[in-house]
Amino acid sequence: MKKRAIIPILYIVFLMLPIYWLVAMSFKTTQEILGGFSLFPRVWTLASYKTIFTDPTWYWGYINSIIYVTMNTVISVTVALPAAYAFSRYRFLGDKQLFFWLLTNRMAPAAVFALPFFQLYSAIGLFDTHIAVALAHCLFNIPLAVWILEGFMRGVPKELDETAFVDGYSFPRFFVQVFLPTIKAGVGVAAFFCFMFSWVELLLAKTLTAVYAKPIAATMTRTASSAGYELGLLAAAGTLTIIPGAIVIWFVRNYIAKGFALGRV
Amino acid sequence: MALELRAISKRVGQITHVKETSLILEPGRFNVLLGETGSGKTSLIKLMAGLDRVASGTILMDGQDVTGVSPQKRNISLVHQFFVNYPHMTVFDNIASPLRVAGLAKSEIQGRVEAAADVLQLRPMLHRRPHELSGGQQQRTALARAIAKESTAVFLDEPLANLDYKLREELRDQLPELFAGRGAVVVYATSEPAEALMLGGRTALMQDGRVTQFGPTAEIYRRPNTLISARVFSDPPINSAPVTKTGDRVELGHGVGWQVTGAAAGLGDGAYTVAIRPNYISPVRSEASHVPMTGTVQITELSGSESTAHFRMGAETWVSLAPGVHPYRVGEDRVFYMDPAHCFYFAPDGALAA
Repeated sequence: MKKRAIIPILYIVFLMLPIYWLVAMSFKTTQEILGGFSLFPRVWTLASYKTIFTDPTWYWGYINSIIYVTMNTVISVTVALPAAYAFSRYRFLGDKQLFFWLLTNRMAPAAVFALPFFQLYSAIGLFDTHIAVALAHCLFNIPLAVWILEGFMRGVPKELDETAFVDGYSFPRFFVQVFLPTIKAGVGVAAFFCFMFSWVELLLAKTLTAVYAKPIAATMTRTASSAGYELGLLAAAGTLTIIPGAIVIWFVRNYIAKGFALGRV
Repeated sequence: MALELRAISKRVGQITHVKETSLILEPGRFNVLLGETGSGKTSLIKLMAGLDRVASGTILMDGQDVTGVSPQKRNISLVHQFFVNYPHMTVFDNIASPLRVAGLAKSEIQGRVEAAADVLQLRPMLHRRPHELSGGQQQRTALARAIAKESTAVFLDEPLANLDYKLREELRDQLPELFAGRGAVVVYATSEPAEALMLGGRTALMQDGRVTQFGPTAEIYRRPNTLISARVFSDPPINSAPVTKTGDRVELGHGVGWQVTGAAAGLGDGAYTVAIRPNYISPVRSEASHVPMTGTVQITELSGSESTAHFRMGAETWVSLAPGVHPYRVGEDRVFYMDPAHCFYFAPDGALAA
């Protein structure tokens, strides 16, 4: 084996270790986890997974998360598309400042917004609904989607728009039939990042929900229950939480590389 | 069926991109817009196509005012300098797209696309996507889209500028016949005087967002109305220098002077600017009437069958372009012979005097 392969291998092992530990734990019994150190489960058990898939308080966590993450991704990309088009095609008063301001929204910690959102949503009766979380996540996902999409749109020459208009395309028709297919990679990348950030965000999701829209991450952070520590169960929930992200990455992996090439991801 | 511009102009903020321009562009022959990069050719085309709003003036198509009409409703085509096609569509769909948008019947679309593809030799590529084609094929696809649409006006904005030499010549030869007999007003923008001469038709010379002269190409090449027009329509650049006319003699200074004949003989005495194309200054004396000029050779270029020499006489640099191979040495003093019969004389205000 070549010497220079050692460092990347060490790095990958270092990265994979916690994930391996999580997966291994999810197949162990809680007694075994608490009982001592073991690399492999001595007794393989699917009990934790069975609990998750049969207990509504667990599986509804996933369903809730998927609902608001999907809502957020759709809203963010739909809203960001026209905004990014404007930023990439027109110059208007304060366009650069506005663009920068959008980005600064990503710099503020979510904790800053937790209290105002909580108070606001409680007041207007949106508390503990899926749309509440989806809208709250728009705060940082729309700027991100605008930023990514603007990069892709800027790569499309303005002459394409002009050619389409001259060829008779109305603006909406041009946007849907010509422009969107041209930047579909960008839409994929933007949707992926919206999905990802919404999926992993915990603080706002937890603050804005109680029962009906409670996300899986909030369910998971309940480390102890009446039955005491249920570490196997938590590990199984964690493993299942990784899966949707992995699936989405698989679908957009080629687009992401293109996004990197444009310097926007 | 003509495209008429009545005193149109375009401003962006404080900057004027197109100064008041009036033209009548007719179908049947090429209307060439000739000017350097930044002279306003593209701006003017965008105004004619309706992609930009005019600041003032009116545009008429076929006698109808289309000034405020959107490009979608003008029945026009546009081919850009960069090869612009719809990247996610096949060549067939690219050519068919304006026809589909117009809602034509399937069989009609099929026929028109195939006819256009035949003319531009795109038949074997109909099922490929633009990025799988060469630059020449991509531009031919854009041209095919313009032809298949059968629009009333076609704007070609330096369509050959990004093609390599061979393809450019090939496509340039093909262009006039491509649009012949289609009844469309064809506007062709270019920065190369040679291209304007080859495409014939009519030429509008542009400089600083202004059309300085418009007329049959050969005619305005022979008689530029101003010094600016003469400069725009000359490659290599036209020579010019101040002269004084007294009686029937013109003095250039540096001991160079000649007897004026023809129309120029009728000019009043005074100061003029003389301009002469480089191809009328030769290192060989072919006629006794040619005027000898002695200068120091500065730069020489040899292009196969032609020799170019830049020589300095006093403070001015002159260019000679002569057929055949002439061995120049940089720094040597050499006599060149200028044909006074082909001189243009411009009055101090820049207008052609004779």
